[in-house]
Amino acid sequence: MEWETVIGLEVHVQLSTASKLFSGTSTEFGAEPNTQANIYDLAMPGTLPVLNSEALKMAVKFGLAIDAEIGKTSVFDRKNYFYPDLPKGYQTSQLDFPTVGKGSLVINMEDGTQKTIGVTRAHMEEDAGKSLHEDFHGKSGIDLNRAGTPLLEIVSEPDLRSAKEAVAYLKKLHSIVCYLGISDGDMSQGSMRCDANVSIRPKGSTELGMRTEIKNINSFRFVEKAINIEVERQIDLIEDGGTVTQETRLYDSEKNETRSMRSKEVANDYRYFPEPDLLPVVIDDSFIEAVRKTLPELPDAKRQRFQEQYGLSEYDAMVLSADLDTANYFEEVAAACDDAKLSANWVMGDLQAYLNKEELPITQSMISAEALAGIISRIKDNTISSKIAKTVFESMLAGEGDADSIIESKGLKQVTDTGAIETMVDEVIANNPTQVQQYKDGKEQVIGFFVGQVMKASQGKANPGQVNQMLKEKLSQ
Amino acid sequence: MIDSTLAEISRALENRDISSVEITKAYLDRIAQENADLNAFITVTEDLAMAQAEAADKKRSEGSAGAFTGIPIAHKDLFCTNGIRTSCGSKMLDNFIAPYNATVVERFNNAGAVTLGKTNMDEFAMGSSNETSFYGPVKNPWDRSLVPGGSSGGSAAAVAARLCAGATATDTGGSIRQPASFSGITGIKPTYGRVSRWGMVAFASSLDQAGTMTQSAEDAALMLNVMAGMDEKDSTCSTIDTEDYTASLDKPLEGLRIGLPVEHFSEGLSADMEECIRDAVGEYEKLGATVKDIQLPNSHLSVSAYYVIAPAEASANLSRYDGVRYGYRCDNPVDLEDMYKRTRSEGFGTEVKRRIMVGTYALSAGYYDAYYRKAQKIRRLIKNDFQSAFEEVDVIMGPTSPHTAFAIGSQNDDPVTMYLEDIYTIAVNLAGLPGISIPAGFINNLPVGLQIVGKDFAEAQLLNVAHKFQQATDWHKKAPQD
Repeated sequence: MEWETVIGLEVHVQLSTASKLFSGTSTEFGAEPNTQANIYDLAMPGTLPVLNSEALKMAVKFGLAIDAEIGKTSVFDRKNYFYPDLPKGYQTSQLDFPTVGKGSLVINMEDGTQKTIGVTRAHMEEDAGKSLHEDFHGKSGIDLNRAGTPLLEIVSEPDLRSAKEAVAYLKKLHSIVCYLGISDGDMSQGSMRCDANVSIRPKGSTELGMRTEIKNINSFRFVEKAINIEVERQIDLIEDGGTVTQETRLYDSEKNETRSMRSKEVANDYRYFPEPDLLPVVIDDSFIEAVRKTLPELPDAKRQRFQEQYGLSEYDAMVLSADLDTANYFEEVAAACDDAKLSANWVMGDLQAYLNKEELPITQSMISAEALAGIISRIKDNTISSKIAKTVFESMLAGEGDADSIIESKGLKQVTDTGAIETMVDEVIANNPTQVQQYKDGKEQVIGFFVGQVMKASQGKANPGQVNQMLKEKLSQ
Repeated sequence: MIDSTLAEISRALENRDISSVEITKAYLDRIAQENADLNAFITVTEDLAMAQAEAADKKRSEGSAGAFTGIPIAHKDLFCTNGIRTSCGSKMLDNFIAPYNATVVERFNNAGAVTLGKTNMDEFAMGSSNETSFYGPVKNPWDRSLVPGGSSGGSAAAVAARLCAGATATDTGGSIRQPASFSGITGIKPTYGRVSRWGMVAFASSLDQAGTMTQSAEDAALMLNVMAGMDEKDSTCSTIDTEDYTASLDKPLEGLRIGLPVEHFSEGLSADMEECIRDAVGEYEKLGATVKDIQLPNSHLSVSAYYVIAPAEASANLSRYDGVRYGYRCDNPVDLEDMYKRTRSEGFGTEVKRRIMVGTYALSAGYYDAYYRKAQKIRRLIKNDFQSAFEEVDVIMGPTSPHTAFAIGSQNDDPVTMYLEDIYTIAVNLAGLPGISIPAGFINNLPVGLQIVGKDFAEAQLLNVAHKFQQATDWHKKAPQD
């Protein structure tokens, strides 16, 4: 039987506010345990929450970015459960009246197709602390630095049909929150965490199959692997005559398998009820419009503009606009050298290869946008060939200076002197009579051989276009 | 002097007839003499009190004293006090020393008040007799075999026995007004949101409200002037401006429209009590007020709704007492679950555990609609009842409690009997309205309280109405030793 996969994602995004959702404590990552927890974060008796208005603005900003309904009255609720890293014994979240309602976003697949994915809702809630099980000799340590950090939980419709679509959706969300500046989106530090609801059904069926929820997947790669392995498991199970149980499963990236969490850990009745320590959050149109004014150009709009303004292909525009820093870098290069196509090729090509190899974000690139534009400008004015440009790029990475000084000191300047080229061309023609004859017999591709020989003789510095043209002229004489 | 009202002490201090050190010493002596038997205080802060008194006298000599400088008061032991145990009447917090002050405490400290100590109370403010306290019951100064009422029984008894000039208290379903009534003093519960809840250990967040226990309405006005007002640390605290609550105390009551809810003068009310209350209302007619019967048709639902909402909120509010960060932790837990179970089983008393169970049940999947949601609807109906009534009258009067103080240990068999203690007071909390109980007579030498309920934020009017009565009568001047 052919199966269809149905996936919905719940993504927790840590909002990058300076302080926590309900207390004035700093949210900076990496401080000594329990140094960023005040009396509210510790749930001392009589302490009360006060909503961080920056977090509210960020949530609304996200809602506007995905064209969602904005809850003009949102209500916080208490989600009750006991855990040592949850100091109050309840998490303050939003159940029935979230700040962000129904919206949608477009995902872009690698094959160039697009798909609209529904977002059911996005609600604000506070993060828990961390339980530390190592170094305590049979006991557990609690670090409450993270407790109370604002989260936006973004819940998708079950609109995703493959692990690849799930990854594309996650990447789009990542792109949007980074563009909006509401999160650093760093999955390795837990700024973005993903739970996946996965089910399968016979292709063509409209009913949803029984789903499982895979918890806390912390990289794009693991999202794809976890979903694929879970789908495989469900198919095997059903084809062997079994049934899928609704349950929460953990993905083990080392063994590449999902496994059931003990039912005890998940069989919770959270006993939600409206948080009496906070009034309903009421916002009006002027608040929403003020937030709308702060919206930056978003990834889709930027992609469109890149195509129109720079004449880039849809694919190039998509790749360059996916990450805001990359987009900004590209635009800076293009502005400085005035050749968008070459800029796109270099940013997506050699620069990206270097960044991937060094595992660096573009903001930490050894080569600045201005420096890269320096290389491209020299290609454009025929000072160097594209091939020599790669040498300049490598020298630049080695810290040897800017494009002009590298070209100068290494004598890489392209030979455009017609006389010098003519001498080399004549020499190559004279030394290769066999190939000359072949050319004259109509085997025109031999021209490549001649060009190569001349380039070799010039140590790559001759202008290949010029060489080509001169060879053709001389050989047809 | 320690038998004087807070207002009289304030004037005596101002006129230098007495120093704060003198009056503070006098109260501390009285506490030392009486508290072992009355059990009104859980903690007496003698050193702090003397230091504050000396500072107050210094301030006065420097000419920078205010109306409250040097006045000795007590705080109910659920207001957090920096560096001083805040037990909430519970074994769970017996070792808890708050590292911060409640806003109420902070404001009294800033006003130059002297803190004599922390008063006894029902555990986590759950009770109507002060018998659920981990520190034992408080005795009623009028008859030491009786309860002083609860949950603010320690504050009520301390004021009635003249162990302090006034005391802070809290009221979730009647916890100020009922003990004020049983103890023959004046107790006001302001409008929900009038006084900050920051640093007040929570019982039921949507109902809890801080107020005062004093001898007179004028005293209450002086205390409220210090306590009331916006606090950015409490999101539910009102931003409506406060007023000088002493300013309109003497306003004539000519034309005041009084409503008597027929539901509060029906079965369950003794003839003695009814007579006493009607006499008090008659006093108001003499002062120029008009009286009419009104209806609060949903008031019979208030106790049921309250005993869903309050325990539901409490079940979550008390989850933080888990033995992890502060407070009681059981000995030698074998694992996390064992620690949770034994810490909470051993640290909480019976009534607290009962309410946690009730609240947890009411919020559980499948029961939420039938209990919590329905109770919230009833709460809305009750609020509407009051709103309609206030279209016809300015204040609503009736008995604070169906009877006078009862014997310690006499009502412990059935929790529901105890819950019905608050039958006249609970609806006021559900509606968020201000209410005051003032002494209105005696039955068999035991004090009777008259409850007066006002519109939202009508504290000044309530105090005016209470004060005029106290100008015309002397019930509030009676003290237990008389």
